[in-house]
Amino acid sequence: MRRFSWFNATSLTLGFAFLYLPMVILVIYSFNKSKLVTVWAGFSTKWYGELLNNDAFLDAAWVTIKVAVLSSTFATVLGTMAALVLIRSGRFFGRTLFSGMIYAPLVMPEVITGLSLLLLFIGIGLDRGVITIVLAHTTFAMCYVSVVVSSRLVSFDQSLEEAALDLGCSPFQAFRLVTLPIIAPAVISGWLLAFTLSLDDLVIASFTAGPSATTLPMKIWSSVRLGVSPEINALSTLMIGIVAIGVISASLISKRSAIQQQRDERAAERSDD
Amino acid sequence: MAIDEFAPWEDPEAKPIIQFKNVTKRFGDFVAIDDLTVDIYEKEFFALLGPSGCGKTTMMRMLAGFETPTEGTILLSGKDIAPVPPNKRAVNMMFQSYALFPHLSIWDNIAFGLRRDNLPKNDVKDRVEEMLRLTRMEKFARRKPHQVSGGQRQRVALARSLAKAPKLLLLDEPLGALDKKLRQDTQFELMDIQEKTGTTFVIVTHDQEEAMTVASRIAVMDNGKIIQVSTPDAIYETPNSTYVADFIGEVNIIEGKATSVGEKLSMAWAEGQPEIVGTPTTEFEKGQSVHFAIRPEKVSISAEKPETANAVQGKILDIAYLGNISTYHVELPGGQIIKAQAANNRRLSRRSFTWEDNVWLGWTDTAGVLLGR
Amino acid sequence: MRRFALIAVPYLWLLALFLVPFVIVLKISLSDSALAIPPYLPTLDLKAGWSGITEFFSQLDFENFVWLTEDDLYWKAYLSSLKIALVSTVLTLAVGFPIAYGMARAPQHWRATLLLLVILPFWTSFLIRVYSWMGILSQEGYLNQFLMGIGLINEPLIILNTNVAVYIGIVYTYLPFMILPIYSALEKLDESLLEAAEDLGCSRMSAFWLVTVPLSKQGIIAGSFLVFIPTLGEFVIPSLLGGSKTLMIGKILWEEFFSNRDWPVASAVAVILLLILVIPIILFQRNEQKQREAEG
Repeated sequence: MRRFSWFNATSLTLGFAFLYLPMVILVIYSFNKSKLVTVWAGFSTKWYGELLNNDAFLDAAWVTIKVAVLSSTFATVLGTMAALVLIRSGRFFGRTLFSGMIYAPLVMPEVITGLSLLLLFIGIGLDRGVITIVLAHTTFAMCYVSVVVSSRLVSFDQSLEEAALDLGCSPFQAFRLVTLPIIAPAVISGWLLAFTLSLDDLVIASFTAGPSATTLPMKIWSSVRLGVSPEINALSTLMIGIVAIGVISASLISKRSAIQQQRDERAAERSDD
Repeated sequence: MAIDEFAPWEDPEAKPIIQFKNVTKRFGDFVAIDDLTVDIYEKEFFALLGPSGCGKTTMMRMLAGFETPTEGTILLSGKDIAPVPPNKRAVNMMFQSYALFPHLSIWDNIAFGLRRDNLPKNDVKDRVEEMLRLTRMEKFARRKPHQVSGGQRQRVALARSLAKAPKLLLLDEPLGALDKKLRQDTQFELMDIQEKTGTTFVIVTHDQEEAMTVASRIAVMDNGKIIQVSTPDAIYETPNSTYVADFIGEVNIIEGKATSVGEKLSMAWAEGQPEIVGTPTTEFEKGQSVHFAIRPEKVSISAEKPETANAVQGKILDIAYLGNISTYHVELPGGQIIKAQAANNRRLSRRSFTWEDNVWLGWTDTAGVLLGR
Repeated sequence: MRRFALIAVPYLWLLALFLVPFVIVLKISLSDSALAIPPYLPTLDLKAGWSGITEFFSQLDFENFVWLTEDDLYWKAYLSSLKIALVSTVLTLAVGFPIAYGMARAPQHWRATLLLLVILPFWTSFLIRVYSWMGILSQEGYLNQFLMGIGLINEPLIILNTNVAVYIGIVYTYLPFMILPIYSALEKLDESLLEAAEDLGCSRMSAFWLVTVPLSKQGIIAGSFLVFIPTLGEFVIPSLLGGSKTLMIGKILWEEFFSNRDWPVASAVAVILLLILVIPIILFQRNEQKQREAEG
């Protein structure tokens, strides 16, 4: 817009400083030599070394990744199915309840979701551990996946699927060969979202984990309750770094393909007969 | 007329490829197709023409298998197709949006249907290349749909739907997305391809010019019913109702009452005006209300009273100059406005009539049609 | 058949792992706590047949809910949660609107990058983002070091473990949820509307209040609910940044469950929290519905 004023510039600068300064400080001080985290005592990477030798953290990280991969995969399958039901299945018995159950977990306080699932697992006598965390994470993540996928399905041109049927596909083939490849970007971002939510979750995992499994957020939690620690700073830096690289490269790729698409379309119009 | 003229609908021996028998389709309370019966013959280029919501798309979707009739049967080569799912029908469709698979190349789009039949690789290759040649798309085979222009996408969609050599090809507004110039070129291309492949084409369109250009027969539809099925010239020259007359091209419609019937019919239509004389094609009774429909190009305009069977005098209200022709809007003393067209075979500056001129309009007793409804 | 399976699988999953757990919470909230495993009574004894079921229902009561009203800890915690959620929503709006407004007016080619910068923190661990403020706000933290360094204060401010720290934490972590809906509303705003308003005699300021703000109303409402609803049940922020005096219901629930092991009371706390949440959730849904209708 034309009227980008000094006020706009100031609020953007201050706003983004507010959003990023805490993380920048965290990253800088993760290279602090001193055990006293707030006093700068020179550059060092020793906390990263200690982190990599800390078996408790490594075990927790391994549990977290296992849980995240499993639950986000299940959540993507179930969430995509739920999105197809929401957008395609028309009316059926209990539809309102179904869509309610899809949207409710998005606004549900985590303490309630965690508590209720724990009471269920105890009620049916399921031993708590990796499996219960996976079940819990799948349940709330599938709702996020279904929101992402259904927003793509809404704009999906149904005649593409009809064309596939018309050319001899069975309904399942039409889904596999036409619908799925086209909605794949939404399904993948649904998976990534589910993965991140699972990596990130403290509250639900704490309720459903039981004594046998500890996830990384639970480990971080028990350590930061005692105060700021340089090891956690190093761990945080690693996690921020991975996310930043992932998100930025994903957006660069999608930006490039959008530009390529535009260029192709312009070229196509010129090649017209 | 040539002896081998293509007109199977006039041959009682000919077997229709498609038969709609008393087909009704309801969506809830809405009746999309109302007790419709029609036959379509092999190698026909059959056009379903009507305003949006008239049921033409529903008819096509029933043929493709995406809708099933509520009542009645649809026969394809004599067999009821209701239990056959769309993927098992020897019917292919070209979608209005083209529905080209964006993630596949043009080559793969055309091969898509062939591969579903588990044809050997070489057969698929040969057939795809044949289709590419037919639609002149060989150069673009490796491109994705968004990398070619609108007109080229239209040809890919056609190639893809023809690849499986269907008995029947359905075309849903196939040229709707193209601009006017390209549309006209493509119409002839479509006719050419239809002739080469010998496939029966059913086309849905709301564009009467397009239907007139491409079709062997046109079905004019309204409110889920077919009003008239006939060849383009018959639809234009002898419409069976004011609806059809009005829908196809421009027309003047004058209402009146029959005063004498027989070989010729006289119609009184306004106080103090000479009665209109026409040649009826159906039975009329004396005193019955009649609509007289006449095309503007069949009305002559002159300064002197013409020798024709019908002649009325009026004043020029408006002139629409269209280049090759001009349309004159002439107001008769009773207030009725008649449009008359004249070719501009002289330069504009030497045009004979201008606004407010009193002129004579004339037409013969066979120029118009007399309609009961 | 295929359609049936497609509906049934996610449906049954959600019934079993979402709805049934809530019924269990509701049931336990009506039970009595006991020194047993599981630590509540009664338990349903289906082997006793019908008498077992009537016995079971006759022992359910609202005792825990009465207890919640009698002990002022609980209703104070609910009130304080509502207050904290409300105040932090207003604060987040005050911080978020100028940012969203600035983004919407930034040159076209910046906007994608700015949007990415707002979304990026959302993908970063919530826990780490809250944690990052602990080092800043503590007594010997970076903020106090900075303020004393420039000579603005002599004594370190006590911020960590107070409600102020909780507000900062909430505004910080939920800011993207406020910015995004407001930005998407402002971005659609047609510049010529402002020109028309000025043409008709508005000053810039009054054009802002009379045109820009009303037209971004839907975004403001959506953003406010997106902050208010999750804040109400928030646990991590008050536990890490708040002090012993910070009362929030999510924290109470957690303590009731893990420290006191009083499952029936924890369940009753959860039921009441849900009842309180129903109202803003319904209002939020209605706002979304309105927006969809306006667009579609």
